[in-house]
Amino acid sequence: MALKLEQIRDRLRARFPEHIIVEDLNNMAALVIPQEIYHDVVWFLKSDEELDFDYLEFETCADHPPDLLAFVCYLRSLGHGHRIALKINLDRNQPSLPSLADLYANADWNEREIFDLFGVIFHNHPDLRRLMMPEDWTGHPLRKDYLHPNVVKRPD
Amino acid sequence: MLTTEEFELNMGPQHPSTHGVLRMVLKMDGERVVSCEPIVGYLHRSIEKMAENRTFAQVIPVTDRLDYCTSMTSNYVYVMAVEALADITPPARGEYIRVIMTELNRIASHLLWYGTFCLEIGATTPFLYAFADREKVLDLFEMASGARLLYNFIRIGGVGREVSQKFLDKMMTFLDGWEPRIPMYEALLDENPIFYNRTKGVGYLSQEKAKHYGVSGPNIRASGIAMDVRKDAPFAAYSDLDFDIPVFQEGDVFARYRARMEEMRQSARILRQCFDKIPGGPSSIPLNYRIKIPEGETYQHIESARGDIGCYLVSRGGDMPWRCKFRTPSFVHIQIFRDLLPGVLIPDIMAICASFDIVLPETDR
Repeated sequence: MALKLEQIRDRLRARFPEHIIVEDLNNMAALVIPQEIYHDVVWFLKSDEELDFDYLEFETCADHPPDLLAFVCYLRSLGHGHRIALKINLDRNQPSLPSLADLYANADWNEREIFDLFGVIFHNHPDLRRLMMPEDWTGHPLRKDYLHPNVVKRPD
Repeated sequence: MLTTEEFELNMGPQHPSTHGVLRMVLKMDGERVVSCEPIVGYLHRSIEKMAENRTFAQVIPVTDRLDYCTSMTSNYVYVMAVEALADITPPARGEYIRVIMTELNRIASHLLWYGTFCLEIGATTPFLYAFADREKVLDLFEMASGARLLYNFIRIGGVGREVSQKFLDKMMTFLDGWEPRIPMYEALLDENPIFYNRTKGVGYLSQEKAKHYGVSGPNIRASGIAMDVRKDAPFAAYSDLDFDIPVFQEGDVFARYRARMEEMRQSARILRQCFDKIPGGPSSIPLNYRIKIPEGETYQHIESARGDIGCYLVSRGGDMPWRCKFRTPSFVHIQIFRDLLPGVLIPDIMAICASFDIVLPETDR
């Protein structure tokens, strides 16, 4: 049975009562969760039988300078047909998160890509290297303040 | 006793069977693969960064370059995300034209896959048949959009150009001539014992592993999971159309081949219904070229020929996307080679890689 976002939110609030879990105002499908319970929340979403989020669609970030880096991951349940986005507001200067590679196999490359392009450090990742850019590249290209001679800003 | 040593073998980046520039570092024990490490990034053109410096309409031609075999679906998924943010609904005729283009592109892409897949396991003749027929689909695209490969056809609020009745008639002529040829395609391979031995039971992908890796499209349907965005969350006119999702339980190369052949039949079925049902009226809403999109973020996904392609779009109220991320099926499918290749023989590497129908431009973006 497909659960609505409010139902999933209420289950998460019941499981993690001491943390703040709220809906995202910008994204209809997303819940904003604190950074420290991220891995526990995903583990709970995956292992609970009625939630059963067994499919990771993707993980990514959006850069909002000066100090916010918004991480988002989309999960889906193939059996029940519901989906959810988890959003975490990271500190832009020192972003780090636990890795999901132990729960979903495709988190591996997704996280390597985020590390490469945004500079987020994933703890417990099996092989955290650059994926798209050459190994000796400096900087994280998808950050808004990234400068490169080949990147020309469009005139207003 | 003769002791053998493991050695490293580089497959690619310029290998004809890798469909682009995929490099695989294989550790070999004689003819058998011990481990495999796929390396991507050679085709990274920073499409997501480029999108942040263009207006919403200017991004569409860039999305063409994601998956050059099914450009229409890449156009479409991006446009769908923009429309979801701006709350634009295209007219009914526009929705039908989009379905027609998506399905024609699926046929073209599967024909290309069929041809190259056969080449890779050593059969040259099917390739010639498949490309002759794909040419006819490309002619249709040229008639509708003016381009043969990168169309820039699906636009915000509708489609780039109205399609004529002549186009629809020509499409039906093509279907009438081509659909009876599908059994011929199958007969070329199915009744061939060499093909059978090369594909049956090779590259087995279990249901659990398919879910764990996030596989989608014909590949997951060949592993026994009926997952298709067209049915799960019908977009455009798909809810009015009647079609089946072919599902196979075996999960091997042969099942993935069967899944794609059946899918072509279903596409033809959808196209015929579109021809009967397509309504009149305008096909798009006239919009300002430099449209401003309200603040918000969304994720939209559709079923491309390769699987579940999605676009995550963040807007901060300007005329350019703030962040535009594409979730592409091949990015996921390449990771699975690490798991499937150990233990197989060198010739089976090509059969397995080809059966997943990977495209590198959409992996590297």
